[in-house]
Amino acid sequence: MILGSINPAVLMAALMVAATPLLLAAIGELVVEKSGVLNLGVEGMMIMGAVTGFMIAVNTGSPLVGFVGAALGGMVLALLFAFLTQALMTNHVASGLALTLFGLGLSALLGQKYVGITPPRTPKLDLGPLSDIPFLGRALFSHDIVVYLTIALVAAVWWFLKYSRAGMILRAVGENHDAAHALGYHVKRVRVLAILFGGACAGLGGAYLSLIRVTQWTEGMTVGAGWIALALVVFASWRPWRAMAGAYLFGGIVVLQLNLQAAGVRIPVEYLSMSPYLITILVLVLISSGKARGSLNAPGSLNRPFHASS
Amino acid sequence: MKKLLTAAVLSAALATPALSEPTKAGFIYIGPVGDFGWTAGHDRARKIMQEHFGDAVETTIVENVDYGADAERVMTQMALSGTDVIFAASFGYGPDVNVIAGRFPDVAFQHATGYIQDHPNVSLYDARFYEGRAVLGHIAGKMTETNTIGYIASYPIPAVISGINSAYLHAKAVNPDVQFRIIWTYSWFDPALEADAAETLIEQGADVIMQHTDSTAAIRVAEDAGVMAFGQASDMTQFGPTAHLSAIVDNWAPYYIDRVQAVMDGTWEAQNSWLGFADGIIEMAPWNDRIPAELQAEADALVAAIAGGEYHPFTGPINFQDGTPWLADGEVAPDVDLATMDFYVEGITADLPN
Amino acid sequence: MIRLEKRKEPSKFWRIANPFLAVLLTMLAGGIMFAMLGKDPITAIRLIFFDPIFSDTFGSYSRPQLLIKSAPLILIAVGLAIGFKANIWNIGAEGQYIMGALFGAGVALAFFPQPGWYIFPLMIIAGAFGGFLWAMIPAILKTRFNTNEILVSLLLVYVAERILAAMSLGLMRNPDIPGFPGSRDLRRYEAAYNSELIANTGIHWGVVAALIAVIFAYVMMTRHMLGYHVRLAGQAPRAARFGGVTPARLVVVCLGISGALAGLAGMFEVSGPGGQVRIEFASGYGFTAIIVAFLGRLNPVGIVLAGLLLGLTYIGGELGQMMLQLPSASIQVFQGMLLFFLLALDFQTNFRLRLTKGARA
Repeated sequence: MILGSINPAVLMAALMVAATPLLLAAIGELVVEKSGVLNLGVEGMMIMGAVTGFMIAVNTGSPLVGFVGAALGGMVLALLFAFLTQALMTNHVASGLALTLFGLGLSALLGQKYVGITPPRTPKLDLGPLSDIPFLGRALFSHDIVVYLTIALVAAVWWFLKYSRAGMILRAVGENHDAAHALGYHVKRVRVLAILFGGACAGLGGAYLSLIRVTQWTEGMTVGAGWIALALVVFASWRPWRAMAGAYLFGGIVVLQLNLQAAGVRIPVEYLSMSPYLITILVLVLISSGKARGSLNAPGSLNRPFHASS
Repeated sequence: MKKLLTAAVLSAALATPALSEPTKAGFIYIGPVGDFGWTAGHDRARKIMQEHFGDAVETTIVENVDYGADAERVMTQMALSGTDVIFAASFGYGPDVNVIAGRFPDVAFQHATGYIQDHPNVSLYDARFYEGRAVLGHIAGKMTETNTIGYIASYPIPAVISGINSAYLHAKAVNPDVQFRIIWTYSWFDPALEADAAETLIEQGADVIMQHTDSTAAIRVAEDAGVMAFGQASDMTQFGPTAHLSAIVDNWAPYYIDRVQAVMDGTWEAQNSWLGFADGIIEMAPWNDRIPAELQAEADALVAAIAGGEYHPFTGPINFQDGTPWLADGEVAPDVDLATMDFYVEGITADLPN
Repeated sequence: MIRLEKRKEPSKFWRIANPFLAVLLTMLAGGIMFAMLGKDPITAIRLIFFDPIFSDTFGSYSRPQLLIKSAPLILIAVGLAIGFKANIWNIGAEGQYIMGALFGAGVALAFFPQPGWYIFPLMIIAGAFGGFLWAMIPAILKTRFNTNEILVSLLLVYVAERILAAMSLGLMRNPDIPGFPGSRDLRRYEAAYNSELIANTGIHWGVVAALIAVIFAYVMMTRHMLGYHVRLAGQAPRAARFGGVTPARLVVVCLGISGALAGLAGMFEVSGPGGQVRIEFASGYGFTAIIVAFLGRLNPVGIVLAGLLLGLTYIGGELGQMMLQLPSASIQVFQGMLLFFLLALDFQTNFRLRLTKGARA
């Protein structure tokens, strides 16, 4: 049987890698949205991270320093967004869209001299005997360090939101900024920090593409990954582990369709590629129509401007 | 009609170059010049052409121009600013080129890879990429150890399909056991997806990767996985010095020089040119040293035979995928069949989408 | 310490002055960028802002083009602004634009090659219906299941983009030219062609529709009960409920209007300037229109001006590329700056800066 050529362990390994940049950007945006801010500029921040990470890695010879640079690159754009939306009270949606336009242009200008260059390699993490375990070794223990750090980041965000005091404040700010303000929390400070975190994560996601996944810089190379990350946050209903499940599901669909094609199975690619979005809408409907509003888990103040009147 | 007449008068007044002025050539591109693929190839040729003519020619470019209204506007503005010849370097500009050509009968229009020629000032030009694919197929068939070749394809259009068929026929000719595994990405440029596709193909046993998409991602993946690959449109050796066996390099420069010269001489006429090895429009990137000397010689000979017209890559007997005959023994495929090809040849096991 | 203080009344002066100040600041910042790229900043800015309108060579052609480029932006933005005023966030206009184009083109292709005066009006109805239908999905999910319309409408853009690709490669493909993606060229089908109404003015039915929509929206927002409800719902949702506004009905109406207008824009584009259904047909008008709506301060007249300004930078940007070899990326950055300045300076309309001593914000 021709399908025999598809190896499930490899499929698992490939989908983890395909999902990592999406997951990085999504987990950042999740925190941003939890604080009550909708930043549609993920694509712009991602590609800024892709280019700044690439430039710095090439110039320093260190992918690690490159990733730090990518986080900073994403944060610089995020800071612009934070300044506009938090200090100057501009509309989130319009500012985010403008951010994407600006980021795509700026990254292309910055990266002009870096087209056709090969960046320093990021080594795969040596996990010793773990990598030799049948199936699991190939599926789970054969990756670069960023794949694992991303999972650790998901865990950290989950813990932060659920158990830490700061996380509780962040959720309170996102749920009802007036009440949070009345309790004495610094709504804007919290949101600015969340936005910066989102920018850093998006930048890291972009750098994962330019430094590890594709290992080159080309204008527009994120090709919509930031928009997929936005959809993932919704799919996840703002829960970190679900974001990871969503990213793996999305990566899985992509990788599976490639495998089926390569195996010679005839599949309608155009229609299959719609399915993640339709599934996400379905999930959204299911969680929204739940009886208790608590099941919705959507931040109550999402996309509402806040200005302290006192 | 009135509109056309006004525009014609307008163009006659504005587009006639003064004698002492340099010839102006405008280029419109669908992508950025830094794409390291299709658009970069055209812009490379533009620069060579510019260098060739020096001050006698002035070139302008507009990149990232969408099809439709944007393309029409850019071409009109070029015509209005006295451009003598406009190169529209993408298939999708076809309808737009013909609308504008009707309004500016004194401007020469050169449309790459198109098929619409409504006006006497529209030339079409395209490259016989399938000639290069034949050479890649030959090398791939000899080099593969797993007898499996992976092919990353963009959209199921004739230029891509004829490339797959050509590569397959020539791989099969030297290696009867060879199999093709084909992935359609439905995009010309998506580095991450192309990397995933390459990885998938390698995992399914391919040890030679071919691509008809623009990014260099697949070459990098092949390099890491220790398999072989062919570049696309440009020499992509730097992305995988070990993996990169060769590439079909688009070299539009001789054609651009020729056409601009014709405009300068006043001898420009509409043509429909389909150019290949013989015209120097496609070239093979330098052979990788890992290709054995005798195979290099075979490949050189194949290029020479195609260039010299002694051999056509689609020479019968060739059957359709279902086994019914397409070309009889010794019969050469007519150009129209190649330009509209929408079928696989016999032996390819996958189904063609649509 | 500096703090923001909300004005009791929005400042009339700043409302007018801000856009000019923003353009000036963009010229300054953009000029610095162009200088850094080694281009003459004055020429660059002249090419972008002035030459499309005033140049002897290009003006007579570019001025009408301004209408062609801006009309879809204005048409979509006017509809979106009505919803935005009521806090109903349709950000999926791009998807509705695509569906309008597909429905409109679908009618044309079904009738091809018959002549008939009724074909174009049918296409208009189909285009508006296509956009309306696509917007009804988030509307109904919102009213039935309380699903967030921002997210659903955005997700549906991706779905629409893939339907467009599938149509271009499949059902709507031109059967006369085997192998190639893309539908028949509607500009070559008399009955379906949205041609210029008056030669060399750029005015096609889409421009007329945009104008009608602007007037309609202006009257509705200022004179009509519905406009009052929209504003009330946006400013004081609770009061609106007591005032007899049905939130569910308002959601359906606002999303319906904006969807239908976006669908119309798509239909006029595909049957005229765009020419045919093709994979790359959607070039972001739906998203750009959101920015236009905010730049125009959600006001129909403001939207016209914002749409024209943005259209100007597109056309001028092309001239800048052509005449000065500016990279297209620098034009994107320039537009991004313009948007930031326009958005940023608006705070002066509603807030004032106050210097205070040591007080905590």
